[in-house]
Amino acid sequence: MIPVQFGYRRASSVDEALALLAEHGDDAKLLAGGHSLLPLMKLRLAAPEVLVDIAPVEELHHVRIDGEDVVIGALARYHDLQGDEVLREHAPLLAHVAGVVGDQQVRHRGTIGGSIAHADPAADLPAAILASDAVLVARGQEGERRIPAADFFLGPFTTSLTPEELLTEIRVPRQTGLGWGFEKFTRRAIDWAIVGVAVSGKRVGLINMGGTPVRASAAEEALARGASVAEAAELAAEGTSPPDEPHATTEYRRHLARVLTARALETSAGSR
Amino acid sequence: MSISGTRVLRVEDHQLITTGGTYVEDLREDALTGAVHAMFLRSPIAHARITSVDVSEALTAPGVVAVYTAADIDLAAGSAGPVGQPWLADGVVRYVGEPVALVLAEHPYQLADAAELIDIDYEPLTAVASIDAALAGETLLFPDTGSNVMQARGEFDETAFDGCEVVLTRTIVNQRVAPAPLEVRGAACAWDANGRLTIWLSTQNAQIARTIVAGGLGVGEDSVRVVTPDVGGGFGAKIGADPEAVVLGWAARRVERPVRWTETRSENLTSMTHGRAQQNTVTIGGRRDGTVQAFRLDVVQDAGAYPRAMFLPTLTELMASGVYHFPKVEAASRAVVTNTTPIAPYRGAGRPEATAAIERAMDLFAAEIGMDPAEVRRVNFVRPEEFPYETPTGAVYDTGEYAGALERVLEAGGYQELRAEQARRREGGDPVALGLGIATYVEITGGDAGGESGRVDINPDGSVTAYTGSSPHGQGLDTSLAMLLSDRLGIPMDRITVRHGDTDEVPKGIGTFGSRSLQLGGSAVRQAADQVIDRARELVADLLEAAPQDLELNVEHGAWQVRGAPSSGSVTWAQLAGQAGAGTLSADVWFGDGAPTFPFGAHLAVVEVDTLTGKVELRRLIAADDAGPVVNPLAFRGQRHGGLGQGAAQALLEVMSYDPDGNPTTATLADYSFVTATELPDFELVDMETPTTRNLLGVKGIGEAATIGSTPAVHNAVVDAVAHLGVSHLDMPTTPLRVWQALAEARKAN
Ligand SMILES: Cc1cc2nc3c(=O)[nH]c(=O)nc-3n(C[C@H](O)[C@H](O)[C@H](O)COP(=O)(O)OP(=O)(O)OC[C@H]3O[C@@H](n4cnc5c(N)ncnc54)[C@H](O)[C@@H]3O)c2cc1C
Repeated sequence: MIPVQFGYRRASSVDEALALLAEHGDDAKLLAGGHSLLPLMKLRLAAPEVLVDIAPVEELHHVRIDGEDVVIGALARYHDLQGDEVLREHAPLLAHVAGVVGDQQVRHRGTIGGSIAHADPAADLPAAILASDAVLVARGQEGERRIPAADFFLGPFTTSLTPEELLTEIRVPRQTGLGWGFEKFTRRAIDWAIVGVAVSGKRVGLINMGGTPVRASAAEEALARGASVAEAAELAAEGTSPPDEPHATTEYRRHLARVLTARALETSAGSR
Repeated sequence: MSISGTRVLRVEDHQLITTGGTYVEDLREDALTGAVHAMFLRSPIAHARITSVDVSEALTAPGVVAVYTAADIDLAAGSAGPVGQPWLADGVVRYVGEPVALVLAEHPYQLADAAELIDIDYEPLTAVASIDAALAGETLLFPDTGSNVMQARGEFDETAFDGCEVVLTRTIVNQRVAPAPLEVRGAACAWDANGRLTIWLSTQNAQIARTIVAGGLGVGEDSVRVVTPDVGGGFGAKIGADPEAVVLGWAARRVERPVRWTETRSENLTSMTHGRAQQNTVTIGGRRDGTVQAFRLDVVQDAGAYPRAMFLPTLTELMASGVYHFPKVEAASRAVVTNTTPIAPYRGAGRPEATAAIERAMDLFAAEIGMDPAEVRRVNFVRPEEFPYETPTGAVYDTGEYAGALERVLEAGGYQELRAEQARRREGGDPVALGLGIATYVEITGGDAGGESGRVDINPDGSVTAYTGSSPHGQGLDTSLAMLLSDRLGIPMDRITVRHGDTDEVPKGIGTFGSRSLQLGGSAVRQAADQVIDRARELVADLLEAAPQDLELNVEHGAWQVRGAPSSGSVTWAQLAGQAGAGTLSADVWFGDGAPTFPFGAHLAVVEVDTLTGKVELRRLIAADDAGPVVNPLAFRGQRHGGLGQGAAQALLEVMSYDPDGNPTTATLADYSFVTATELPDFELVDMETPTTRNLLGVKGIGEAATIGSTPAVHNAVVDAVAHLGVSHLDMPTTPLRVWQALAEARKAN
């Protein structure tokens, strides 16, 4: 497949990237790992006139502790997150989830920021950061703003980022010692989740149960009331509107959400 | 010591895994200098009338050399078949992916941009997107023919099942799958100053491709040379040449420049032929003691939009009764056209469909009479002493030991213990159910019985060049043929070169499909080697002044000597060939007596089904695949591994689907679930070698056998896993959704 012709600009700092975005406006798209954007371009479903390549931006590859938060640079790749000691200790759910995205090739190129900014309702990391109560840091020409994960995802492939903004960091309150669990239901190891469930402490994030990643709030409330795992899991699909597709009906997805939530909650209970 | 039967590393592999092969796309031949690049614009609609075509804007796009549509093509009728496919769609499109226009440009990146500028108006027609819609006949693909049924054979005897205690009938879908070879289709064409075309083509048979291309272009066969560089898999879908090859050859002549073409991966999924696509109704009747008295197979073949392989349902009919001796067997078939990608042979080509039908039927029958599926098979097998065995549908099986194959896999798998474990899980209400699936199969290889060419030259330096009409594309046949020749001639393998796939070097040949290459191509080079040996014997007799019958070829040393008197002198191949002069020690044969052979085997699959989610995991696959004596166990096992994986994939994962309007819904590899290593267990292989009497080597084909057995074994295992919950059948692929829905329905019914 051959994309429509495009221009290519390389940014080596956040400021440079923002300047390029300002220069090209709506015609530009950021390129991080390219593992969502390039396939769309090859299918000619996306045709940006200019790609601003931010992969060389060194300042956004980090994972570090800042006070009560773990701070992850938007350009950190799955492969690096998977083995990162700080992340494994303080946000083990995210380290684990980074290790089940796609396959080796995808994990060596794809970035956490790219996944979140892309906002595919079937993606793994968005639901996991939702369950981790993360705050997303965006920078634009006017400066920086912080967006709670719960307010970030607006719809399928739609976020509250403006076209001139760059997602720079993901700030996750330390989950040290909290139980966590993750269930990703696929047909094959390399597939996207038909449904997935991410649990960190008392929060439950759902993959592919609506146009955005969502929290299983009815189940969370039940847990808070002291309900059993089984009782809470029964409520996992409440308030969701999962897609209806030939290989996975709405009803089937609701069922899976319940089964997988029970499993993830059990794993979480066992991991404490 | 003979090297046949020992594990020999494939001579092909060093290059393939270091520098890589040379595929059509990689060619840097002088003749292709200055080539233009080609792309086909394809129909985005399943069934429509083309009301207008405007290529004027595309013609002005950067780099565009030419744009052609049906109106430009000045060739005789389209491709072969009951209703030939036009070279480019002419007035009507009949499937998504049908070539409508050809764009030529200086650079491949200019093609897609230019193609977007071609303006074609389509007036949609009702799509015939399924077998049922085709049979209903409300919309006809070819109104002139009066029907969507392109071939109908056989009829049934109403009394066939009289006297049976149990009669069951069920329709079993053998779903459409995509071959998806690693190397997609490609071609490069160049005409020389004498008006002769060389076409480098990714094909399984250079010589058949030459016939098709020459015929399409309306030139003599001597005006076309076909060359196959390395070919990255075909699975049947690269037999011969597709209409695209003819159009490209025509275009190269028209623009008087070489033309190159490689399709994209997504294009391949909808535009290369698909396989299987049958809907089969089985009726099985017999006694409660397990004896099957009558079996009926009613085949409906979806042929796609332009039928090309009408022998597929015929082969399914021929193999209807599988490994069983049933008193009464009847089979009939219909082939229908639909607004979908054309169907062609795919690994097994008609035989897997027969095996899948009979093996599901045997399990249905076993379940109905409450007998273990292994036992029902034992009761009905053709017995070793019955060979050669002629089936009621007319196949004459050569040799076989069907019960032996089954017993071996049951023992290797620990069948009794597995059944006990299954019972324990069922009693304990374990949500993870265990399923065991058996398939015993027989198939037909070299079924075309068309023979093959073989030539062996001893070169002046004593090395060997062998030429075969077979056309290996990943199987490792070069290695196997070199092994056979080395054993026969006493010349080391590294002095033997095997050549194939260039019609100037090998003018006669049939190629590689139907698992025919070793049994026919191997027999041919073996026969050529024997003729060379006979000729050499005469020459050596003169040199050593001995009677020809007193001479022997010492294969340990690759030298001729007088029998019983080695000290009286010897002549090496190099000495002999040096003296004989070029061309003397050479034989070119056509091995024509290769009757079809019938490999067979038994597979046992073990699956776990998560009854809460419907997800199936294949845990074990134990396989006995008997194709007679094994030349190279490494290549033999490789063919079995690939076959087992591909067959299991059909049972578990793969389906090429269309929506009711004929739009493919699995048109990229994100949606089409081919299998990966992660979904497959380590295969457990059981060895068996029952020779055939039908060729010089005693060998049968192994290219498709494991595919044929594994699909129904895995399929039966999935149904077996959930049988105790009230599920008696599931169609393939056994996706989680399908399993979960079947369980939900069974619960409701109880
Ligand atoms: C074969 C395959 C399998 C996959 N399987 C999975 C899977 O199982 N689970 C899963 O979750 N994902 C999967 N993915 C997607 C993968 O995770 C992508 O890497 C990810 O979705 C996007 O990250 P990226 O860095 O590649 O972003 P890119 O493709 O470079 O960009 C994606 C989008 O985000 C924007 N963007 C990127 N970075 C930023 C930023 N810092 N600020 C603002 N906007 C930004 C881009 O402009 C673009 O619109 C798969 C991809 C492939 C090719």
